[in-house]
Amino acid sequence: MLEEEPVSLHDAPTRPLNMIEAINDALDIMMAHDPDIVIMGEDVGYFGGVFRATAGLQGKYGKNRVFDSPINECGIIGAAVGMAAYGLRPVPEIQFADYIYPGLDQLISEAARLRYRSAGEFIAPITIRSPFGGGIFGGQTHSQSPEALFTHVAGLKTVIPSTPHDAKGLLIAAIEDNDPVIFFEPKRIYNGPFDGNYDSPSKTWKAHPGGQVPEGYYSIPLGKARTVREGSAMTVLVYGTMVHVAEAVLEAKGVDAEIIDLRTLVPLDMEAVEKSVEKTGKCLVIHEATRTSGFGAELASLVQERCFYHLEAPIERVTGFDTPYPHSLEWAYFPGPVRIGEAVDRLMNADS
Amino acid sequence: MTEGPARSGKLRGNLPPLEFYVPEPRYRPGDTVDYSHLEIPEAGTAARPDEACEARETGPLTTGLIRVLDDGSQAVGPWNPNLDPETLRRILRMMALTRAFDDRMYRGQRQGKTSFYMKSTGEEAISVACAFALAEDDMVFPSYRQQGILISRGYPLVEMINQIYSNRADKLKGRQLPIMYSAKDYGFFTISGNLATQFPQAVGWAMASAIKGDTRIATSFIGEGSSAEGDFHAAMTFAAVYNAPVVLNVVNNQWAISSFSGFAGAERTTFAARAAGYGIAGLRVDGNDALAVYAAMEWAANRARANKGPTLIEHFTYRAEGHSTSDDPSAYRSAREAEEWPLGDPVMRLKNHLIALGEWSDAQHAEMDRALAEDVRAATKEAEKNGILGHGLHHPFHTMFEDVFEDLPWHLREQADQAIRERRTKWPEWKE
Repeated sequence: MLEEEPVSLHDAPTRPLNMIEAINDALDIMMAHDPDIVIMGEDVGYFGGVFRATAGLQGKYGKNRVFDSPINECGIIGAAVGMAAYGLRPVPEIQFADYIYPGLDQLISEAARLRYRSAGEFIAPITIRSPFGGGIFGGQTHSQSPEALFTHVAGLKTVIPSTPHDAKGLLIAAIEDNDPVIFFEPKRIYNGPFDGNYDSPSKTWKAHPGGQVPEGYYSIPLGKARTVREGSAMTVLVYGTMVHVAEAVLEAKGVDAEIIDLRTLVPLDMEAVEKSVEKTGKCLVIHEATRTSGFGAELASLVQERCFYHLEAPIERVTGFDTPYPHSLEWAYFPGPVRIGEAVDRLMNADS
Repeated sequence: MTEGPARSGKLRGNLPPLEFYVPEPRYRPGDTVDYSHLEIPEAGTAARPDEACEARETGPLTTGLIRVLDDGSQAVGPWNPNLDPETLRRILRMMALTRAFDDRMYRGQRQGKTSFYMKSTGEEAISVACAFALAEDDMVFPSYRQQGILISRGYPLVEMINQIYSNRADKLKGRQLPIMYSAKDYGFFTISGNLATQFPQAVGWAMASAIKGDTRIATSFIGEGSSAEGDFHAAMTFAAVYNAPVVLNVVNNQWAISSFSGFAGAERTTFAARAAGYGIAGLRVDGNDALAVYAAMEWAANRARANKGPTLIEHFTYRAEGHSTSDDPSAYRSAREAEEWPLGDPVMRLKNHLIALGEWSDAQHAEMDRALAEDVRAATKEAEKNGILGHGLHHPFHTMFEDVFEDLPWHLREQADQAIRERRTKWPEWKE
């Protein structure tokens, strides 16, 4: 989409940003380059969003391009489909992932199906940004991780960043993509990485390499996983907040695990997954979402279909429990260090 | 003692138990039909406010009925659009063509040439007259019964039939149920089988047109039945909030498959009256009167184009035939309803008006019908060269996996390979 060549990450100066600032930066850069990009959503205009992701954008680009919307997700996504049919590139915000359900028909039956049903006459280059996940005392309606619902829909892409650096590059790629993209932002790590120890002081992104964000334009292709750290003892497939929790647990246990941040669930970087599992022979899948029919089930199935003869132990799945996200007991729900640690031990102790 | 409201039923006294209410239509199969309860005002009696008026000034028009053609086939009153005879003949011709097309496609479905069809019999004035009142490049977000718009805009009948047959020339590659056309070059959005989704989409398109400082407006059509969907409320709210240049149409044809309009709230008020709650203009129009429909759409389109905001139009009409080829209305409604519909047949009413003007004759009409039937027959023959449904002349097999995404991801590539293997197993000689 951009005329200019992407800036090489090695050359671009970086600066420390938190994930909100990185997302804001991506939106700013894309709006400056493409006059067809519009942002709408509840509280995104003058106020700049309840998490401040769109702060300053209305002032800079005007009310015609950044505006508040009625509290109606069906209308937000439905209007975005119409705007896309006109030729715009809408980037609506759904204030919490938990609020997206009233818009599902417009998303699943319409946005995701336009290209197919019209044989390419109409497309829906829409990026829906939405904060998701728990660990912020949001209760059951501000904590959910509904990504599996969207990976199940033909025609939708699902992207989940785990660092400010990735959030910016992936969001730019999502906006440039000509298919509808669900961009889930793990709100627990907006302000800093989270190691799963909720009773320890919070960290900021300042000391984390993923918090160093290059200036200017760059994109990270959808469908390319990131190897967080190399290792040989097991492969850990993970995304979002849980990347950091997994990293901390394996570090603490001194396990030489290979951690793969999937970044995009659809399309999935299966090549990276297979390569790693073939090397390590063991696989641990982690997500914060509920367990049954979660995306972990898809991952476990794919790994056993394609890497079965390399596996030395049953695939382990660590997830949230199959309950609504409870307010006071959210840390009992959260797949924290103890739950992950148990699974790691089982894998390490498995007879091969 | 606890404070606060009483916890027992002692405040209820001797009230009878609550009664649950389920609407019931007036007539069921075999019943005689009496439409005397319908208030049908005389043609020409509705006032026509300025197109730039305050929305609330349209209040009386949302409960009345805008009518232009009177019982003597004259065009009367302030809503008379004063169309020249040549335009009237073109509108009549497109309505007759729509009907001829519907009849032929219905028979084609019965002959096994396709799986499904939906006629618009009795509702031709709505789609055709609206198409004439709009600019050619205004964007239409249709439901499944606005084929008259596509026909009026000159979309080739052969393309429509290719789509209905899902044959190898079908531009939609055989993916959509028959009649779910998509024609971007004709300002006609891809039809969805999910009801009312097009309503907020039309508003979004109109918002985009206004954002870009364009001059084009959008319009959308839903049935009265699907006005019950949340999408209706979403569309009306967004249209009102952003003053969107959009005309939102509810085609009230009394029946949603077997559910009468009472299940969408028609026993309480008109559909046009809902406009008042959103503070937008509303019009209720005799949907079987092509001139009234034209005048209402022209009014609303001019209003939208002048930045005066959206309009909700209720087209009061009657679904003269089944919901679709899969439906048998004799199982749930009186056959007398269509025959006795007090607003008559839209084609005959416009025909009689032209005859009354001395601009048309029965003989000319019969000759037009004959010629149109021949045109449709010729288009059908032409389309059949590309195949009919289920006879092998469909789109190449591999196209099934295209257009899910812009690019084919690995999982779909693998599934495409699987599908091709299955095909080769079943038909070893198969080549594409």
